[in-house]
Amino acid sequence: MKTDIRKQDIDVTWQDLNPGAVVTGGATAPEFNTGEWRVNVPVLDMDKCKQCLMCVPVCPDSSIPVKNQKREDFDLMHCKGCGICAKVCPFGAITVKEGDE
Amino acid sequence: MSIRERLSGNEAIATAMRQINPDVVAAFPITPSTEIPQYFSSYVANGKVDSVFVPVESEHSAMSATIGASAAGARAMTATSSCGLAYMWEMLYVAASDRLPLALALVNRALSGPININCDHSDAMGARDAGWIQLFSENNQEAYDNMVMAFRISEHPDVRLPIMVCQDGFIISHGVENIELLEDDVVKNFVGEYRPEHYLLNASEPLAIGPYANPPYVMEAKRANLQALENSKKVMLDVAADFERISGRKYSFFESYRMEDADYAMVIMGSAAGTGKDAVDALRSMGIRAGLIKVRMFRPFPASQIAEALKNVKVVACMDRTESFNTVTGPLGADVRCALYDAGIHPKFVNYVYGLGGRDVTVASLTSVYEDMMKIAADGTVGQTYRYLSLKG
Repeated sequence: MKTDIRKQDIDVTWQDLNPGAVVTGGATAPEFNTGEWRVNVPVLDMDKCKQCLMCVPVCPDSSIPVKNQKREDFDLMHCKGCGICAKVCPFGAITVKEGDE
Repeated sequence: MSIRERLSGNEAIATAMRQINPDVVAAFPITPSTEIPQYFSSYVANGKVDSVFVPVESEHSAMSATIGASAAGARAMTATSSCGLAYMWEMLYVAASDRLPLALALVNRALSGPININCDHSDAMGARDAGWIQLFSENNQEAYDNMVMAFRISEHPDVRLPIMVCQDGFIISHGVENIELLEDDVVKNFVGEYRPEHYLLNASEPLAIGPYANPPYVMEAKRANLQALENSKKVMLDVAADFERISGRKYSFFESYRMEDADYAMVIMGSAAGTGKDAVDALRSMGIRAGLIKVRMFRPFPASQIAEALKNVKVVACMDRTESFNTVTGPLGADVRCALYDAGIHPKFVNYVYGLGGRDVTVASLTSVYEDMMKIAADGTVGQTYRYLSLKG
């Protein structure tokens, strides 16, 4: 049984996958890549961003990290590309592009 | 010393369950398996076992509770039949994909419809592809023995899969026959304590069991499940060897009955195998080289071993107690044909559907199958390859 969730990432072989795909340990979501679901990717234009942080609470996957009351670039390890952030941005600072990167 | 008794198949299974003394039994009544939880709940009420009995409101819940108990770290089991198993269907796959050891006593009954409460194998065949181990029994003794062996196979670290012990509804489940039981302490020592390495109630190791698997994981999970089934073949043989030491009774993938020089071989599962053996004996006394293979382990399927056992026969008649509606074969017929083809062995092959919904299976009806095989050998051609036995019209 692998206790490091990062070793159960999408490249894991059938021999190394935990039996029953069991996840060991708690609070493993931050270390686990779910961003590979993404088919569209949000792109932030820092020049237009006013740091209003309207985008942060609407993100369903907590993929907009905030430090010192300022948002940083997207956490693409968890972002699913839903585009809600782009819809709520009052300044058009977020655009959604096709593709996963 | 073993104990001589007279028990029905349901009593035999309930006795095995009492001796196993599992942590949890969750079940819902359905004919003809109802007696199993009924007897077991009386053992619980009378303090004969330490088990928690969960009288759930449906079979979906019975399997769910059994899964939950196993995930928590308990030795858990259930029993059902027919539509009860069908109602568990969703959860059967979950039990296997979560790689949870647990046992299900299946009392084979026809799936509706037409609605019918009697024996055939359509219920078990619906669970054929769920990733479980499936053992079939010829009589009450085998049902008991298979259940005593079940957890040792299911819980083995190389396996960790749910196991289904099948017996024919009414014919075995309600037919009282002589049986040799093992002493309680012998069964207890044989089955042993269940100490899972990982389980939900272990507070020092948080676990998530049954996580969502997106496309990069599902094929790997299925392949691992397949490997566990492959591993279960050796584990089953090892457990059978241990069981022979305590019981004197020998078990394997299948039983070969008078197959040494057989020209005509029937492949069959369940109670009708006993009837088939009577037919074989009568034919042998007339100098006809008849033999029979009784499949015990249906999942995983012992393909190469069955092909080896059939390599010298002239004609094979494969008997399916279910209809799979592909218009060419039943499930056992498909598996045996596949085994023979891959081994490059090509006897004449005929596949029968028989005994659906409790249709009588007699020495005479199974003898007629051997007579058909002799005709096929004499004619050099099979004719109709997919046939119904004892059909009117």
